[in-house]
Amino acid sequence: MSRATWGCEGLSVRYGPTVGCEDVTFEVAAGTVAAVVGGDGAGKTSLLRALAGTVRPAAGTVRRPDERRLGYVSAGPGVWTDLTVDENLRFAGRAYGLDAAELDRRIGELLERTGLAGASDRLAGRLSGGMRQKLALAMAVAHEPDLLILDEPTTGVDPVSRAELWRLLAAAAAGGAAVVVATTYLDEAERAATVLVLDRGRELLAGTPDELLAATPGLVVEGTDRPRGVPSWRRGARWRAWSPDGSIPAGTTPATLDLEDTVIVAQLAQDGRRRAAA
Amino acid sequence: MWAMAMKEFRQMRRDRRTLAMMILLPVLLLVVFGYAASFDVDHVKTVVVGPRAGAVAAALPERLEVVRVAPGKGREAAVEALRDAEAAVAVVTTDAGQPQVLVDGADLFSARSVVTELRGRPGLPTPEVLFNPGLETSAIMVPGLMGVVLVFVGTVATALGVVRERQSGTLEQLAVMPFKARDVLAGKLLPYLGVAAVDLAVIVAVGVLLFDVPFNGSPLVFALGALLFLFVTVGIGVLISTVSETQGQAIQLAIMTMLPQILLSGLIFPLQAMAPGVRWIGYLLPLTYFVQVARGVMVRGAPFEALLLPLSMLAVLGVVVFGLALARFRRDLAPSGRHREHRPAGHDQDAAAPTRAGAR
Repeated sequence: MSRATWGCEGLSVRYGPTVGCEDVTFEVAAGTVAAVVGGDGAGKTSLLRALAGTVRPAAGTVRRPDERRLGYVSAGPGVWTDLTVDENLRFAGRAYGLDAAELDRRIGELLERTGLAGASDRLAGRLSGGMRQKLALAMAVAHEPDLLILDEPTTGVDPVSRAELWRLLAAAAAGGAAVVVATTYLDEAERAATVLVLDRGRELLAGTPDELLAATPGLVVEGTDRPRGVPSWRRGARWRAWSPDGSIPAGTTPATLDLEDTVIVAQLAQDGRRRAAA
Repeated sequence: MWAMAMKEFRQMRRDRRTLAMMILLPVLLLVVFGYAASFDVDHVKTVVVGPRAGAVAAALPERLEVVRVAPGKGREAAVEALRDAEAAVAVVTTDAGQPQVLVDGADLFSARSVVTELRGRPGLPTPEVLFNPGLETSAIMVPGLMGVVLVFVGTVATALGVVRERQSGTLEQLAVMPFKARDVLAGKLLPYLGVAAVDLAVIVAVGVLLFDVPFNGSPLVFALGALLFLFVTVGIGVLISTVSETQGQAIQLAIMTMLPQILLSGLIFPLQAMAPGVRWIGYLLPLTYFVQVARGVMVRGAPFEALLLPLSMLAVLGVVVFGLALARFRRDLAPSGRHREHRPAGHDQDAAAPTRAGAR
């Protein structure tokens, strides 16, 4: 039997005259993590909301499991700040119909796995950002959903907690869930099986990280000084630049390409096409 | 200082609702107070019973507006007419001697005006005040104030509770959970209804024990009236929450629904004393009917049948307001309509309206 896939085809979401996303096709298979990448206003939240069913698409189709087999962490806090960690988990579990014994077992397991065992009596509002996100994730996976959707779970979270959150996401996928995660961090997206990059509501890039790297046009170079005549950007203490024709500008050497470079290049190429069209 | 004032002015201009309230509310209050704020009852509904009812009715002063003349009935029917709020004054005539004048003490301002008028004229019978013989203000204000407290708990607390969920972003979380909108709403409201019920019991106890407010009627009828009224106020609370983004906006709107109820329900100013142009607003407000039920049951001991009209009005208002609230809340909670097409297993599919998808 083929693995279940969820996603959307030709999806458009509009809020009145404002376009949330336009003609987006996206797929995530069970047991894998798919990353949705883009800057602010790129359309990530619109796509995720349509997948979760909290907004109605203006066009296109969405395929998702039954609502009892869906887990969702919204971009907000996603937890009830005036309930304790334990009370939040209990509410989520009961909402999805877990019985008392199953609930106790799952809560113990989730508290252990998220490292929140020592904080189970603490109000969710008193948790650090990272701990709160772990709680939100634990609540979303309490019923072991088939499709897990997370809207920027790691934004504003410290690096250690980010790593832990990704470990939990990977564990959910290993357990058979299809995981969709929106992020602004491209180093995180590299860990995903597939990546969808959105720009102004439309698809900019889509594929596996390797496919995207391989399809990057021209050449990305790096050097200590800012190269002249080519689009460039800072990376740590050094400069990187995109040479569309593949030539190597003076004072630079070819760089080891990563997803961040690929997305920046795609963005630059897109901007170039827009300028040419205008 | 100017920078601060400009910033404040810009923010104020963006918050249209607050601005509207700051400008419109005083105007509204002035108009309402102007037309509604009157304790002077010009016409008092009167029934006349007994053998000489016809003749006596014709001779009554103009301010006693005769609504029924029943020569065949006696004092018992007259008391009943007052208890059922058919009239505020009942004149009981006999074959000989002076007629008796009975006055409904629960209709405080009518009663006071009639009593003052009759006592001031020698030769006229001394009126007998029923239900609230001392013409105590507290006896009629406390039952009405219970309504105000219920409005506060029902409308304000509910609106805040639901808006808090929206403001903190957890409403979206609820929307993806396998709840039906009505389950979310019912679960959300049950605790508020519980608190309101406890509140009500405490106020009744305080009113009866501390202010000597009588409780002459059936607690069951009172409870029914209170429940129906709570249903309406909670519905208004939910409606407010569906059009408010923040708790501040919710409080503003709640105040805007509370003020007319307090001023135009007959709680403070008698409805009969209001200009007709304002009075009809009073008949659209739930507190108007709760005040009638509370005063009817507690002070006059009115039975269920006598309160059928206000109870029915509360029920109708409840169904309308709550229906609207539920419809709006459902739209907020499940825009994709997932909760309506509940499938036992398998998957859900959302498709856009075919015309729009096809036109793409």
